Amino acid sequence: MLEIKNLHAKAADNEILRGINLTINAGEVHAVMGPNGSGKSTLAHVLSGRENYEVTAGEVIYEGKNLLAMTVEERAREGIFLAFQYPVEIPGVNTTYFLKAALNAVRKHRGLKELDAMDFLALVKEKMKIVEMDQGLLNRPINEGFSGGEKKRNEIFQMAVLDPKLAILDETDSGLDIDALRIVANGVNALHSKERAMIVITHYQRLLNYIVPDYVHVLFDGRIVKSGDRQLALKLEEKGYSWIEEQVQKNQPVNL
Amino acid sequence: MLAAIMNSTEAKNLYRTDYSRLKGELAGHGEAWIHEIREAAIARFAELGFPSNRDEEWRYTSVKPIATIPFERARYDIEGLAPDTVGRASLGLLETSQAVFVNGYYSAELSSLRGVSQDVKVGGLAAALNEGAEWIESHLARYASYRDHAFVALNTALMQDGASVYVPPGRIVQEPIHLLFISTGGKKASVSHPRNLIIIGKGSQVTIVENYAGPEKGNYFTNAITEIVVGENAVVDHYKLQRESDEAFHVATLQVCLGRSSNVSSHSISLGGALVRNDVNVVLDGEGGECTLNGFYMVSGEQHVDNHTRIDHVKPHGTSRQLYKGVLDGKSRGVFNGKIYVHKGAEKTDARQTNNNLLLSLDAVIDTKPQLEIYNNDVKCTHGSTIGQLDQDAIFYLRSRGIGVESARRLLTYAFASDVIGRIRIDSVRAQLDKLLAAKFQKDS
Repeated sequence: MLEIKNLHAKAADNEILRGINLTINAGEVHAVMGPNGSGKSTLAHVLSGRENYEVTAGEVIYEGKNLLAMTVEERAREGIFLAFQYPVEIPGVNTTYFLKAALNAVRKHRGLKELDAMDFLALVKEKMKIVEMDQGLLNRPINEGFSGGEKKRNEIFQMAVLDPKLAILDETDSGLDIDALRIVANGVNALHSKERAMIVITHYQRLLNYIVPDYVHVLFDGRIVKSGDRQLALKLEEKGYSWIEEQVQKNQPVNL
Repeated sequence: MLAAIMNSTEAKNLYRTDYSRLKGELAGHGEAWIHEIREAAIARFAELGFPSNRDEEWRYTSVKPIATIPFERARYDIEGLAPDTVGRASLGLLETSQAVFVNGYYSAELSSLRGVSQDVKVGGLAAALNEGAEWIESHLARYASYRDHAFVALNTALMQDGASVYVPPGRIVQEPIHLLFISTGGKKASVSHPRNLIIIGKGSQVTIVENYAGPEKGNYFTNAITEIVVGENAVVDHYKLQRESDEAFHVATLQVCLGRSSNVSSHSISLGGALVRNDVNVVLDGEGGECTLNGFYMVSGEQHVDNHTRIDHVKPHGTSRQLYKGVLDGKSRGVFNGKIYVHKGAEKTDARQTNNNLLLSLDAVIDTKPQLEIYNNDVKCTHGSTIGQLDQDAIFYLRSRGIGVESARRLLTYAFASDVIGRIRIDSVRAQLDKLLAAKFQKDS
């Protein structure tokens, strides 16, 4: 589904991604872990098309197409979804109105009939259950005055409505208390399917107690320095990121 | 299409000559009191001349285009009206409470006031003046000062017609009274001086919509004045919608005088015009008056819009709230100048003023200037102004959900305007405005 080859990207004059290679197939869940500043969020934003980053080398093939040539909205319509680490508050734009416009843009692109208000509401009601979201939030401006947990739930809820093929969760767990984390993780698990792939970016192993990844990758200094299964995450939890840092700086292969 | 260019002396002389020629036939010409006012006003205009950028109140707005074009006095002409002009400008308001003015002149044939109760007088000012109505004499030109404003002086000297509205005490007028001003914009550049006088009796309640419209093209100059006198404990909801041609000039003064415990909200919406200047002056002349001024301007291309507000808190316990919001695109330019003047005797004044601007292009310019003059210690006054661009993070967020970049920009621009638009209490006007904004957006992008 997604093939990232030797991806380099910079913001302003800082090279942040320095050669990422990663292949993801439908149905797989990949966790990307790494210390602050390792390039995790940059990877998420570059994949979704944020213009603040410049791709200087490499390519990304998504479903056989050149992802990097697509605009932000084209990527979304093609089925890429980014759950934001910091969801944006947008005063004055009603959540329902926004989500209906988004869903219909996506459906139109896929050659599906646009939903009318009734059908949309029925769909929304069903999807809200997945993240135990209060329907009142739908009538409020996007994320305005939402708590941290409500914002993250809203991200997963939007993901459920938009039904992406590739979901990228950027530190969806950060800052959540254990109850909110459980709700969000349950939502993500409910959306796990054979057709859908997920990239779960996280700083902490804790999330992976709830969302079990097929693969775990460690990102350090703009490169994936180690890949493994869930055991790698546990090891990281035990030994911390400094252990990786030391080995990379000594130019040693990263061994467990 | 533009005629010869004049210098400033020629411009002054043009209007003085007009006055000398016309004074024997202007509305109310037999009445000494109005004659005296007109004479004083034209004399004052001759002294003042058109303002220049050296004048602090006109620092950011050059009226040179107005001062250099020899406008002809506009005539009542309904032949030139495109069919259904009135219908299209109706804002979805009831057609039975509608007074129509063509080039500033009341049109009995296009107006319908069947829905307005008999003792509420709505009609043309010229007729009311010529009839010698007492309420006209005691109020007309007694509020908007021609002493320090050349355009007010010009209107006061040369006014011929406009709207007159009189609501006796204790009346609740249910349907909005719609005053529709249509400019026909003929072949030659023309000027009209609509003059409106609105008197609201004690304890009455009324909604008034002033709606200035015209064809999409056309070089005309509207120099309007509206005086509203609000009796004790009366409630007035006032709207002024300006959507004239993008080649038109529009200068208008709204002068409001609030009696004790009265409550006025006035909404000023400016979408059209090449050069627009709105002065809104409110005097809280009785204890406990409350006034809300909402403004919205959306301009593009080379449009220039200037909103000057001045609120005089004269008596104690007055409240004023101002929210002006502007969206500027292209090479347009905006000015907001909001003055709050708290007089010595106005204890417990509570005044708030906010001006927010959204610049959609790098070439658009806004000058925003709050001014507080406070001569009393026991008051609460705040002001704030902002200038910003569309939030790039918000645009990215919307796009990341599949919404196209143009739709995202439009959505965020609507969102910016939504609170001030939301304050419009007439559903049909709000709905029409949404459509107008969408159309304007479409045209600009």
